[in-house]
Amino acid sequence: MTLMHDAPASPGAADAPVTMTMAQALNRALSDALDADPSVLLFGEDVGTLGGVFRITDGLTARFGEDRCFDTPLAESGIVGTAVGMAMNGMRPVVEMQFDAFAYPAFEQVVDHVAKMGNRTRGAIRLPMVIRIPYAGGIGGVEHHSDSSEAYYVHTPGLTVVSPATPQDAYGLLRAAIAFPDPVVFLEPKKLYWSTGEVDTQAPLPELGRARIAREGTDATLIAYGPSVPVALAAAEAAAEDGRSLGVIDLRSLVPFDDETVCEAVRATGRAVVIAEAPGFASMAAEIAARVSERCFHHLLAPVRRVTGFDTPFAPPKLEKFYLPDVDRVLDAVDALQWEDA
Amino acid sequence: MHADDLLPGDTPLRLIDQDGRHHPDDRYPIPSTAALLDGYRRLVLARRINDQADALVRQGKLAVYPSSHGQEACEVAAAMVLDDQDWLFPTYRDTVAVIERGVDPFEAFVLLRGDWHSGYDPRVHHVAPQSTPLATQLLHAVGFAHAARMRGEDTVVLALCGDGATSEGDFHEALNFAAVFHLPVVFLVQNNGYAISVPLSRQTAAPSIAHKGIGYGMRGRLVDGNDLAALLAVLGEAVTEAREGGGPTLVEALTYRMKSHTNADDATRYRTADEVEPWVARDPLLRMRTWLTAEGALHEGDDAEAHAHAERIAAELRTAVMADAEPHPEDLFAHVYATPTPQLREQAGQLADELAAASTPATEEVAR
Repeated sequence: MTLMHDAPASPGAADAPVTMTMAQALNRALSDALDADPSVLLFGEDVGTLGGVFRITDGLTARFGEDRCFDTPLAESGIVGTAVGMAMNGMRPVVEMQFDAFAYPAFEQVVDHVAKMGNRTRGAIRLPMVIRIPYAGGIGGVEHHSDSSEAYYVHTPGLTVVSPATPQDAYGLLRAAIAFPDPVVFLEPKKLYWSTGEVDTQAPLPELGRARIAREGTDATLIAYGPSVPVALAAAEAAAEDGRSLGVIDLRSLVPFDDETVCEAVRATGRAVVIAEAPGFASMAAEIAARVSERCFHHLLAPVRRVTGFDTPFAPPKLEKFYLPDVDRVLDAVDALQWEDA
Repeated sequence: MHADDLLPGDTPLRLIDQDGRHHPDDRYPIPSTAALLDGYRRLVLARRINDQADALVRQGKLAVYPSSHGQEACEVAAAMVLDDQDWLFPTYRDTVAVIERGVDPFEAFVLLRGDWHSGYDPRVHHVAPQSTPLATQLLHAVGFAHAARMRGEDTVVLALCGDGATSEGDFHEALNFAAVFHLPVVFLVQNNGYAISVPLSRQTAAPSIAHKGIGYGMRGRLVDGNDLAALLAVLGEAVTEAREGGGPTLVEALTYRMKSHTNADDATRYRTADEVEPWVARDPLLRMRTWLTAEGALHEGDDAEAHAHAERIAAELRTAVMADAEPHPEDLFAHVYATPTPQLREQAGQLADELAAASTPATEEVAR
C-alpha cells in the first residue's frame, strides 16, 4: 500500500448542502477523510462490520476494507495506546471509545502519552490522532453510559478538546480534527446524534479554537457547548417571547478556548450564564465563569452564573430530567442576573 | 502453530555459562566470534556508562539514575539484534540500550539530568522516548509495528519492559493486540527479580513470565539474561521470525538488578547480601571475557582498547554533563501544541516579563 502524506482535500463532487442527522454527518466526515488521505484509519470496538453501536462508522469497512476500518480486541487502553504508535509512524488514527464512561481504561495513555508526546520530544513526534467519544446524557442510558467527562480532558495540557452541536459542525470539526497536527478528543453529544440540519461538505473547515455565535442577543449571553447548545437556544427563544434578548455562544472548541469571542459578547451584554451538563464543581463551566469574570469584570452587571449538572454521579434514566440543565433552569438563572439593579 | 511451539523450555537457554564454558545447543548455534567480540566491547562500554552515571548522581549532576548494572547483556543484545530500519521502545532503565543503539550519550541523559523529558530525536536512531509509566510503551510499539506493516515497511519493533511491568494491564493488552494482528514485535522482559522492592513471586504465580506467551497464542522463550551469546541467539531468532511474517515473540531474560532501583532506593531493606552474592559471579562481562580469551579471540591489548574506548566516551559524557547548560524557561510552552494556544502565548509572555523584570537593575534595587 502506498501512502500519500499530502493528500488533496476531498474531491469537489459538486455536493449541494443536504439535510442529514449528526450521525450521518459524522459518518460522511469519516468517509471523506478516509477517501482524502490513505493514512487515515478507523478502529475500535464494533466499528467494523456492525458500524459502531451508534452506526457512526456504518458501511466504512465495506467501502474502505478491513485495513482501514477494523475491530480490535475489547481493550480501550490498547486501542488508544496502539493509536499512539500508529501516529508515531505516519498514520492518522481515528479511534472510537464506545461510551464516555468506557474510555477510562485508556486514561493513562491519554494523559501520559497522547497529551505529552509532542512536548516530550520537543515537537519531533507529534500525534495526529482523534479519540472519538460518544458523550454526555439525554438518551436514557443506564449507568456508565452518560458521563460528561470533558473536565478530565480539558484539564490535561496537550489535548485539544472539541464538541459539535450541529450536523454542520459535526462534519466540519471532525474533518478539521482529523487534519489537525495534534491529538484531539472529539466529544460527540449522544442525544444530538439524531438531530438534523443542513450540511455543506464543501464549506471551509472551521478552525479549532473558534467559537460560533449561534444567536445574537443584547441583554445577556448564554455560553454553551455540545449537548447544551440546543438548551441554550431554546431558552433564548423562550426569553425572546418575554421581551428579553439572549445571545448564545456555541464554544465548539473547549481547548483551545476562544476568550476573544466569548469576552466580546459578554462585554456587550454585561451578563452571562454558562450552561453545561457536567457536575459544576471544578468543571469546564467553572473555568469559563472564572475566565469571564477575570477578563470582563468592569463590564459585568451581575456575577456570572452557571447552570450545570448536580455534583452527583450521572442520574439513572428515570431521574435524568431532574439532573440535566433545562430551559426553565436556564431562564431562572437569567432571571437572577440582578436586573433590578439596572 | 502447535501449543508446544509456543511454550518456553523448562530452563533458560544458556550458551556460555558463568565460568565461560560453551554449552552447545541443538537449536541455537553460538553467535559468531566476531559478533561476540563486538558484543564484549559494547558490554564494557555499557558497564562504564552505568558506573559513570552512578558517579554523576553522587556529584549531584543527575537527578536520578535507574542503573542497568548487571543487566548489560540484555541492553547490548537489544541494540545488536536490530537493523537500522527497526525500532526500539525502551524504558527508564534502558539508557544504556538507547546509547548502544547510537543515540548520543549526553542526549540520552537529558531526561535524567532533568533538563527535559527526553533529549533525543526518536527518528534519528529509531529509538522511542524512554517510557516511565510501566508497560505503556509496549502498546506504542505494537501500534508502530501495525502502521509499519500497513505502510509496507520492513520494520521490526523491539519493546523492552521489566518483570514488574508484566502485572500491568497494558502488558496484557499489548501482547494480545500484537498476537491478534500477528505483528512484527519482539517483547523482551528483563526479569531482574524486583519491582523496586517487590519480588517476582508477588507479580506472578506462572511457572515463568515466558509461559504467558501461550495465553496469547504467542511464542514464549526463556533465556539466561546474563549470557550475551544466548540473548543474541534467542532475540535474533525472534527478530528474524517477526521480519519474515512469523508474528510476535515474548522473550523473558533472567537477570538481576545488582544496584538499588535507583540511587534513591535502599535495596538492603528488602534483600540480603547472601542473595546478591552469587550474582556477582554470574556477571555478563566476566563470562564473555573468559570465553573470548579462552577462544583466543580477545587479547590483553583488545581488552585494554575496549576499556580505553569506553573511558573516552565516559569522559565526553562527563564533560558534557558537567557543562551544566541551563534549559530555557520558554521551552515550557514551545512544544505543548504544534501551534501554541492563545492561552499559552499569554502565559509565555507573563513568564518572559517576570524574567525580564528579574534581570533589570531596578528590580535588584527593590530586592535589596
